[in-house]
Amino acid sequence: MALDSNTVKKIAFLARIKVPDSDLGGLANELNNIIGWVEQLGEVNTEGVEPMTSVAEMSLYKRADEVTDGAYPERVLANAPEPEKGFYTVPKVVE
Amino acid sequence: MTYLIQGDRGDWEVVIGLEIHGQVVSKAKLFSGAATAFGADPNCQVSLVDAAMPGMLPVINEHCVEQAVRTGLGLKAEINLFSVFERKNYFYADLPQGYQISQYQHPIVGEGTVVLDMPDGSTREIGIERLHMEQDAGKSLHDQDPRRSFIDLNRTGVCLMEIVTKPDIRSPEEAGLFLRKLRSIMRYLGTCDGNMEEGSMRCDINVSVRSVGETELRTRAEVKNLNSVRFVMQAIEYEASRQVEAHDAGEEVVQETRLFDSARGTTRPMRAKEFAHDYRYFPDPDLLPLQLDQAFVDRIKAALPELPDDKKARFIREFGLSPYDAGVLVASRRVAEYFEAVAEGRDPKTAANWVITNLFGALNAKGLDISESPVSAAALGKLIDLIGKGTLSGRMAKEVFDAMLESGQDPEAIVAERGLEQISDSGAIEGIVDGLIADNPTQVEQYRAGNQKVIGWFVGQIMKATQGKANPQMVNKLLREKLGE
Repeated sequence: MALDSNTVKKIAFLARIKVPDSDLGGLANELNNIIGWVEQLGEVNTEGVEPMTSVAEMSLYKRADEVTDGAYPERVLANAPEPEKGFYTVPKVVE
Repeated sequence: MTYLIQGDRGDWEVVIGLEIHGQVVSKAKLFSGAATAFGADPNCQVSLVDAAMPGMLPVINEHCVEQAVRTGLGLKAEINLFSVFERKNYFYADLPQGYQISQYQHPIVGEGTVVLDMPDGSTREIGIERLHMEQDAGKSLHDQDPRRSFIDLNRTGVCLMEIVTKPDIRSPEEAGLFLRKLRSIMRYLGTCDGNMEEGSMRCDINVSVRSVGETELRTRAEVKNLNSVRFVMQAIEYEASRQVEAHDAGEEVVQETRLFDSARGTTRPMRAKEFAHDYRYFPDPDLLPLQLDQAFVDRIKAALPELPDDKKARFIREFGLSPYDAGVLVASRRVAEYFEAVAEGRDPKTAANWVITNLFGALNAKGLDISESPVSAAALGKLIDLIGKGTLSGRMAKEVFDAMLESGQDPEAIVAERGLEQISDSGAIEGIVDGLIADNPTQVEQYRAGNQKVIGWFVGQIMKATQGKANPQMVNKLLREKLGE
């Protein structure tokens, strides 16, 4: 599998990363190297082997339905650039 | 009652599938310990997990899992003992993680069925495709400031169940019936309060049309975020006729997401950022697969309440109610409980009549819920007993019932206070009848000459003399006997 410049451009948009068009070709090469390296795993025969989700025999940890967190709006908003009346504010997004 | 749309060259039918988002009833959120209650001050029910601060990890709320399984069982659906949480990636200001934790390839609940009670008493089955768990997003307010949107994350991370139907629905009415039935089931189960105004239940619709007789599905359009049953029905009606017109005009119906304009009752396409909708689902590396054991599912199943369909069948079987009346009474668990308390030890049909005709009529007029009824089930039961004993005529009972609605008093107290007891003493009535016959020979002659209607005049006179308290059956019987002599 090889990435072309257009695919890299699309991925960059989806990740909201600004990439100048002049960098797309170089980035595609770098990404292709990484993908090629990972694709070596394809050489292993995994016929009949169940996909593994964890190296340890663990099951999903569950918690009880109790309110144990929250009620600290000042901490939640501590890093917000322009909070107002307890809200985050962002440039207008409206359909 | 097939729903057909007339086109230029024949009739079209509409094919509808629904996606319903129901907020799970729980104290805390799906993956954090923050509270879920509606109406708190902004950002007061947000944990650092919900705000997606670096290094925070999700831990699943076991009760939410139980609620999803319970709902699945209520939909007579298959429960998947193995399910997987995946990340659905997109950017929006009210989604701090940059992805929604959802289920995609392996949902917790598979195929099921909901039975609709049609107005003509028949039933119709609508297939459920799946139910999966996911996080709700936050809330954006766009009307607070000319250049900014305000974001409240209180709802962020609350557990949602997304329920997807098969494309089995064929009319706006069926869609409305389905939503009401689903809401009723979830309320019986206590898994979602189904309050569409507060947004705890929301609906997306998928609509396409096809010529009657066609078996393939045509291209569908999706209308998102409808927040009332009426809007769902309106949006379907509009979409269906819009698509028929397009097909007739030889235009293409495109697969797209549309928005409903509730002021106009129309839909319009969302601005085209469709290409951005590439969710790139992948299993969430922070969460192991959700594995349930059958014993857990069986325990939930054993503790399920009697659901509306079973209750309806029992009301028909045990109480001899019509399917329609039974359906009305079981639509809400509270109403069903109220009715059963009234019917206990009494004639169930009489009880059903009083609850459906008189009580519902009065509650609707006052805009009250059954739980706010000024007349308790015990008090309504006593009123029915007073009719049964002959203390009250039907007409007097209505009067007492109105007084009960106003004051919340016991019927016996009202009867005593107003001196409303019916006169069922045949001696007393006989005396009045005899007096009337003696004083009004003209009317007696008219009756005996064959004018049956005059009897109404006599009844009126007796009611006047007794302030309406004479037992009407007894009055009629005595009059006919005496006048016939």
